[in-house]
Amino acid sequence: MTRGQSHRPRVGLFVTCLVDLMRPSVGLAAVRLLEAAGCEVGVPTAQTCCGQPAYNGGDRRSAAALAQATIAAFDGFDYVVAPSGSCAAMLKLHYPRLMAGDAQAQARARAFAERVHELVSFLVDVRGLKAVPGTFAGRVTYHDGCSGLRELGIKDEPRTLLAEMPGVELVEMRDGAACCGFGGLFSVKFPDISNAIAGKKTAAIAAAEPALVLSGELGCLLSIAGKLKREGSPIACRHLAEVLAGEMSAPPIAWPDERPRE
Amino acid sequence: MSGRGSETLRPTPANFAKNATKALADKALQEALSELSGGLAAARERAKAALPGFEALRRSGRDIKDHALANLDLYLEAFERNATAAGAQVHWAAHADDACKIIGKICHDADARIVAKGKSMVSEEIDLAAYLQTSGLKVVETDLGEYLVQLRDELPSHIIAPAIHLSPSAIEATFRARHRHLPADRALASPEALVSEARAVLRETFLAADVGITGANFLVAATGSTVLVTNEGNGDLTQSLPKVHIVIASIEKVVPTLSDAFALLRLLARSATGQDFATYTTLVTGPRRAGDPDGPDVCHIVLLDNGRAELLGGEFRPALRCIRCGACMNVCPVYGAVGGHPYGSVYPGPIGAVFTPVLAGLPAAASLPQASTFCGRCEEVCPVEIPLVRLMRQWREAALAQSEAWRTRGALRIWAFVAQRPRLYHRAARLAVAVLGAFGAKRGALRRLPLAAGWTRHRDVPAPQGHTFQQIWARRQRRGTP
Repeated sequence: MTRGQSHRPRVGLFVTCLVDLMRPSVGLAAVRLLEAAGCEVGVPTAQTCCGQPAYNGGDRRSAAALAQATIAAFDGFDYVVAPSGSCAAMLKLHYPRLMAGDAQAQARARAFAERVHELVSFLVDVRGLKAVPGTFAGRVTYHDGCSGLRELGIKDEPRTLLAEMPGVELVEMRDGAACCGFGGLFSVKFPDISNAIAGKKTAAIAAAEPALVLSGELGCLLSIAGKLKREGSPIACRHLAEVLAGEMSAPPIAWPDERPRE
Repeated sequence: MSGRGSETLRPTPANFAKNATKALADKALQEALSELSGGLAAARERAKAALPGFEALRRSGRDIKDHALANLDLYLEAFERNATAAGAQVHWAAHADDACKIIGKICHDADARIVAKGKSMVSEEIDLAAYLQTSGLKVVETDLGEYLVQLRDELPSHIIAPAIHLSPSAIEATFRARHRHLPADRALASPEALVSEARAVLRETFLAADVGITGANFLVAATGSTVLVTNEGNGDLTQSLPKVHIVIASIEKVVPTLSDAFALLRLLARSATGQDFATYTTLVTGPRRAGDPDGPDVCHIVLLDNGRAELLGGEFRPALRCIRCGACMNVCPVYGAVGGHPYGSVYPGPIGAVFTPVLAGLPAAASLPQASTFCGRCEEVCPVEIPLVRLMRQWREAALAQSEAWRTRGALRIWAFVAQRPRLYHRAARLAVAVLGAFGAKRGALRRLPLAAGWTRHRDVPAPQGHTFQQIWARRQRRGTP
């Protein structure tokens, strides 16, 4: 329990569709970190996706419907926490905007938004977490996802927690605030441009000579890891939560799984 | 000098993706673009850091423009009144054609043969030079970058650095090809030699020109002045040497007072080039008065609407705050990857993605607002806080509603239908990750994936871990173990 709270706050984990589909180990890591920060974690099964593909694709109606469903799914939790800056920003900043024109729904979305946090900033800013369960030794670089960085202002929190890990040597890449080129459906609609931007990012990463790239944004990591893999780079990629939680049994993103199959 | 009418060869916004792919393969262009983030964007960062209260200045810049836009009719009338009182003749042009005709007639009435033209994005917007050349005038761009672009029959690729896509060797080749009257064996390799040749060629134009046409960065309602900012000084020669001076400016350039203009000028210089103030900032208030040492005999000001007034009442109004600094393109990852030409518009980059659909119509320009990662860096640097991402998203909404977008609309609706039914969604998710996970487990990634050929051309698709989080969580809950 931190900060002498008299009860364990109930946190609803917004898994995010990418973590659910592509890398559930990030979800497990998030649960472990939230529990280490004295929270009781629940995972509503009624959640699916935050609705960004529809919202940024111009389908406001579908996005609003998904927003309503997500808000309902997390009724009764003290906090809603997502291991992604971009999904958290969608829930926190854009849901209320989506409800413009319906005062009641907007008030509900605003009340919901108050409870929403991105995982790492929640751990640091709300729960005051200092000691993390994970241990890691090696040189790492951290990629700031654009939404987390610019929409939610998350910059110091991940670095604060990494600084608490004695074996971690954090080295910043050049032009770290630059986009990695993923951009959700952008990477599929404009694959050549997306790749060119990703190439600049992997070059900046390679120049920093880390063993491991960390980020709080799985979307960016899938693109960066896919690019590094194609380039034949030995640099590994993981979600920050995995390292902080010590949830490292799964291989890095896009690396072969040599564990025996279940 | 060739005309600029070869429209069919120019990239169009409708072909953005194709244009971009071509630009990505253009080695010389890529080399020129690689200087962008270290050049203009870095200069802006330094200028911002050196001015305490820069963020407050941005907010006041936004407020000045918002106030002017909210009272645009009043300030435009005041501008017209005061400019007229100072001896200028003010003309109103609803569309591009109207502005071209007005300017063509002024040139005709002045018996003009040669027109010196300063850098003006609005003149590019209405393709003024091509219009005047078709009517028999010789039009020479006097801004160095614009001159280069004119010699090459291209569009500017950046709003403040029109020839940023050109390397010195490309400029040398252009000069050798187009300045045939100069000795073929002259030395031209150094940037100084290039600038000096351009200066010599352009000086002749200033002296021979009958009409000088410039744009205006701001129109000051209180004084009837036009404000022009340049770094070369050629704009000043253009507006002071010829007998007739024509200013072409769009209506949203008007601000209430001189002090408003100067607040915006401080933002403009820092945001555009990282300067505290541009090298030349010139106020023009009417033509030459008795006793003035120089200046034109006549001064015309053409005020262009071209779709802007329609934006005033709607959600796109913040786009009219733009002071054309180009900061959004300097930090844009998409612009940085492909440059300005693929946008097929005189306004490239994020502000171009918002403004081009206004000018060219949404069907023709629909792919521009799609061509953004929504990284938000443009908004972060915009000196007047234009919500560029929100406005691009707004265009995406309008585009999706069009009938041509039925395929995307259908795909999104089917996905949303499933995503609103968690049981169905989770079942589909389990199946998909089981299949992809099994295929990808050995390598950890897939080199090829149906429907993602564009992605897998350059990047692997990381393999999913084989089970969904919901599956694992449900199993855990059943076992009752944490």
